[in-house]
Amino acid sequence: MAKSNKPIFWSLFAAGGTLAAFLAPVLVLLFLLLSLGHAPAVLSYAGLHAFAAHWFGKLFLLAVITLFLWHAAHRLRVTVFDFGLRQDSVVAVVVYLIAAAGTITTALCLLRI
Amino acid sequence: MSRKPYIRQVSKTSWYLKQPRYMRYMSREVTCIFIGAFALLMVCAVERLSQGQAAFESFMAAITGPWSFLGLFVILAFAVHNATNWFNVTPKAMPVQIGEEFLNGKYIVGAHYAIWIVASLVVLFFAGVM
Repeated sequence: MAKSNKPIFWSLFAAGGTLAAFLAPVLVLLFLLLSLGHAPAVLSYAGLHAFAAHWFGKLFLLAVITLFLWHAAHRLRVTVFDFGLRQDSVVAVVVYLIAAAGTITTALCLLRI
Repeated sequence: MSRKPYIRQVSKTSWYLKQPRYMRYMSREVTCIFIGAFALLMVCAVERLSQGQAAFESFMAAITGPWSFLGLFVILAFAVHNATNWFNVTPKAMPVQIGEEFLNGKYIVGAHYAIWIVASLVVLFFAGVM
């Protein structure tokens, strides 16, 4: 039977889409507050550093960022095809490499906190 | 076998413009650009956080201002668009069967909206906004 790696990328897409549906709007809202210069104390350096220093904070940030990245990467691959760029294998490598780089960067930075 | 097949000319780059249904499909698909951009912004935030207070505060200064606000507002609009569309198809993606009958889709969608609101309020509470 032919093996396909599609289920892996598709499950990351689905999990990321669900997590993004529940959490992306409120997280963007927090960044929107930051852009206004009205950061609550928790979102200061000390507050966020304490959050990321805790194992739960690390897990939360890694899960959110990683799943958002892989969700976006897989959907972007399809979207690029839909917009008329029919180089799927090249596009797939590029978008998944960006997602992988983001995942590794996030994990390494979180370990340093 | 010598008849020439009829091939309808469809533009590869603008096929979705002619039908509202295809436009709605594309509007759902392009949300990934904004979710992806926001994910990369969060990668930057975590990276600067790990580099110390000075690096993090220069990042905070960089995302403060009207242009950041505008960009984040657009991202917020697409994030909400993704959320509502994602929840609205949940009865089709995971129908719930009870005995012979299927649970009415509006309960599945409603449950997702309820969890969405609670999860958002929990995040806002722990972020110290309310």
